[in-house]
Amino acid sequence: MRIERATNQALATEFGLAPDEYARSLAILGREPTITELGIFAAMWSEHCSYKSSRIWLRELPTEAPWVIQGPGENAGVVAIGAGLAAVFKMESHNHPSFIEPYQGAATGVGGILRDIFTMGARPIASLNALRFGDPADPATRRIVDGVVRGIGGYGNCVGVPTVGGEINFHPAYNGNPLVNAMTVGIAPAGRIFRSAAAGIGNPVVYVGARTGRDGIHGATMASAAFGADAAEKKPTVQVGDPFTEKLLIEACLELMETDAIIAIQDMGAAGLTSSAVEMAGKGGLGIALDLDLVPLRESGMSAYEIMLSESQERMLMVLDPVREEVGRAIFEKWELDFAVIGQLTDSGRIVVRRQGRVEADIPLAPFAAAAPLYRRPLATPPAPPAFDPASILDPPALAPALLHLVGCPDLCSRAWVWDQYDSTLGGQTVRRPGTADAAVIRVEGQALALALTTDCTPRYCAADAETGGAQAIAEAWRNLTAVGARPLALTDNLNFGSPENPAVMGQFAAAVRGMAAACRALDFPVVSGNVSLYNETAGTAILPTPVIGGLGILDDAAQAVGLALSPGLELVLIGLTAGWLGQSLWLREMAGKEAGLPPPVDLLAERRHGDFVRREIAGGAVRACHDVSDGGLLVAIAEMALAGSVGVRLAGPPADIAPHAFWFGEDQARYVLGAADAEALLAAAEAARIPALRLGIAGGGDLTLPGGIAISLAALREAHERFFPAWLD
Amino acid sequence: MRAGITIFPGINRERDMAIAFRKVTGKPPRMLWHQETDLSGLDLIVIPGGFSFGDYLRAGAMAAHSPIMGAIRRHAERGGYVLGACNGFQILTEAGLLPGALLRNASLRFLSMDCHLRVERTDTAFTGHYQRGQVFRAPLAHGDGNYFADEATLDRLEGEGLVAFRYATGDGRLAPEANLNGSARAIAGIFSGNLRILGLMPHAEDRVDPLAGGTDGLPLFEGLAAALAA
Repeated sequence: MRIERATNQALATEFGLAPDEYARSLAILGREPTITELGIFAAMWSEHCSYKSSRIWLRELPTEAPWVIQGPGENAGVVAIGAGLAAVFKMESHNHPSFIEPYQGAATGVGGILRDIFTMGARPIASLNALRFGDPADPATRRIVDGVVRGIGGYGNCVGVPTVGGEINFHPAYNGNPLVNAMTVGIAPAGRIFRSAAAGIGNPVVYVGARTGRDGIHGATMASAAFGADAAEKKPTVQVGDPFTEKLLIEACLELMETDAIIAIQDMGAAGLTSSAVEMAGKGGLGIALDLDLVPLRESGMSAYEIMLSESQERMLMVLDPVREEVGRAIFEKWELDFAVIGQLTDSGRIVVRRQGRVEADIPLAPFAAAAPLYRRPLATPPAPPAFDPASILDPPALAPALLHLVGCPDLCSRAWVWDQYDSTLGGQTVRRPGTADAAVIRVEGQALALALTTDCTPRYCAADAETGGAQAIAEAWRNLTAVGARPLALTDNLNFGSPENPAVMGQFAAAVRGMAAACRALDFPVVSGNVSLYNETAGTAILPTPVIGGLGILDDAAQAVGLALSPGLELVLIGLTAGWLGQSLWLREMAGKEAGLPPPVDLLAERRHGDFVRREIAGGAVRACHDVSDGGLLVAIAEMALAGSVGVRLAGPPADIAPHAFWFGEDQARYVLGAADAEALLAAAEAARIPALRLGIAGGGDLTLPGGIAISLAALREAHERFFPAWLD
Repeated sequence: MRAGITIFPGINRERDMAIAFRKVTGKPPRMLWHQETDLSGLDLIVIPGGFSFGDYLRAGAMAAHSPIMGAIRRHAERGGYVLGACNGFQILTEAGLLPGALLRNASLRFLSMDCHLRVERTDTAFTGHYQRGQVFRAPLAHGDGNYFADEATLDRLEGEGLVAFRYATGDGRLAPEANLNGSARAIAGIFSGNLRILGLMPHAEDRVDPLAGGTDGLPLFEGLAAALAA
């Protein structure tokens, strides 16, 4: 063992290892780590790779159901969807890089989540993205939004996977900390899922894909002085995406998966070769020997440390059946990708890394895994939101100007400018495009069945009450799937929070997970994959807690999917109870200038009953249009349905016992607006099922006519709805 | 009709094309790797959409020099049919099989939306199942679809009736707001002089299914199947 540079506590701290973590590395090795080993410990025990602060809470989430083939712990979650097929899906964040370099940060976020999906043997069929940006008035926000949208489009459009949905919120809490959460779904044969546990002593460890460069090496912790190298040679820490190489990698991997050559496979994501090698060998209970001289390099003179920690994109690590090694080589050569045997599995139980004949790292894997830190961080009750008394609203603005303002505000306005830059029809299976339904609907090629996909979170609810907010995010995702007629199957989550070392933030995290777990159980909606992104804060100010939910549902018959669009003659029926809850509503924020009060309560039993009723009525053919009621409340939901169908609506008056502004803009949960040809029959069915239902009005004409006769033309509504993004960014 | 679909590295709408052709012929088209040079037995060569070789140099520029392009050129010289959609259209102009070029969209942004296409002539193998002046919807999805040619070439294309489709309003008018990418004379697709090569930017192949946006694109494939029935 050559110690080229002494490591010590000071250097370990610089690498991000806490004193007790460094002490554990000494205990595992029985000596001081080499610089390469120190890098491996720091990477594997980073919050990002180890989930050391979150793991203890994530155990509370339900992860099982009869249809779950693979829960958390692999590259992605897997659920059975029928016809012998499985859906493979996951969401992952690329928040920090997207702030530093929005285009590449977002682009490589898309690339990373795609690899998680096809690694498991699935052809990616759709991507979504959940985005949070800072105050639109901040000039930096404009640059970040433009770069992120171009980056997502630039990568997704080229790699050939349609981008079919997502969401965008703005809030000053995301100044300096935008969130870019990317989700991808793929389809694989249910009986042929590829996993990462290595097997077979002596089997070749194969590196495929793009070459390794110095990009993305250990970001903030790597001071150039630590190596005494020329600082000018160090590339920025944000990786650079190459969607063309990723496309080739998808096709080559899927072609190889048609043979029986692959024993285990894992993409090289965060911490690159380090995490893929450690995890594959560790899960298989084996050792692994790597000769870094055999790794395809893009630059000369790279050290073992740099090669092990590089986060160059579009790379995979595989264990192949030695008999079929040449089959693999031929396929990758056809696709003009590198294919290199860089090591073997061993019976040593250790990862041994050599560079130019010298051992640069030698770590026993079982003790390494067993010593992984797991923290129960101190919790504190987060501060309560400012109180809100509905009676304090003495003179609410008139409905019409309030509606026009709300449909045009950054959080509610049309996202067409964004999704018009994402190829959403590629593949020819897009049944519901962005903006036409509560969830994207993508048919499975060659089948009658379709997947429904959505991402949801209401961060301002989570900030006011994280437990309610966590439950609401799950409920809204479940509702959005239900609103297109789909049966919700499972979800992936992306938990974005501030620093876990801040007890109030950790208190929000624990509460949000508790709320999520309750909702998952009540709705039979398990978590099958996910990602945690902590330390989203700048200068001590954390983002709003943002536990994003990526929901997946199934329609046995794609033809049964319903969208938002009304058509003339349809009657509007509201399902669910309206108390007029204005706490944390967008009306309160936009019209009264207050971010105050508690969020609307989430009644999980009502969610379940109302949703099951709506789904049954859609399947029975009684519902021609459907929209869940969420941000902005009932009148905003109706306006969106009118705009989607280019048809007006004449509304009836609200019940006498509720203030009009609270009725039309309150954000009570568990509600849907249905468009029905036969409202009488629908109301009778609701009554029979003891589901609250209320007739709202009828579609027709070219105006949205409010109770009392005030009419807003669709043209005026559309102008207000579509103004913001083009005016801001073009 | 015996159709072959060309696959360059980075092409990504080959499956969409295969679905459209299977729909009208009942059999899967032959998939052609870009290094193949034997196209014998094929009536129609299709170059689908995508980002061939990443389009890192200039859209279609690398693919235009692939081995299969020589074979496609000989196929065209023999009077064979060629269809290029999106990246395929870009490749055909880069290869000189169709005149003009596809520049960055006027907005300088990638555009993914439905457009209306007006059918300019119907006495061709590609458009025989449309009505003259008919308007149909198709999705477009491109960053470089802004058709450009010098004035003399544009005059010649129009004079010889080689404009296949134009971007139009839903009722068939030409208008700046309907010409989404800013193409010269609102040109969305053109024919070669012998009417056997068609290049177009939008994706008729993604409109062959009532559930996935409708069947407005189906007549193009039905027309080809009827005209090239062997």
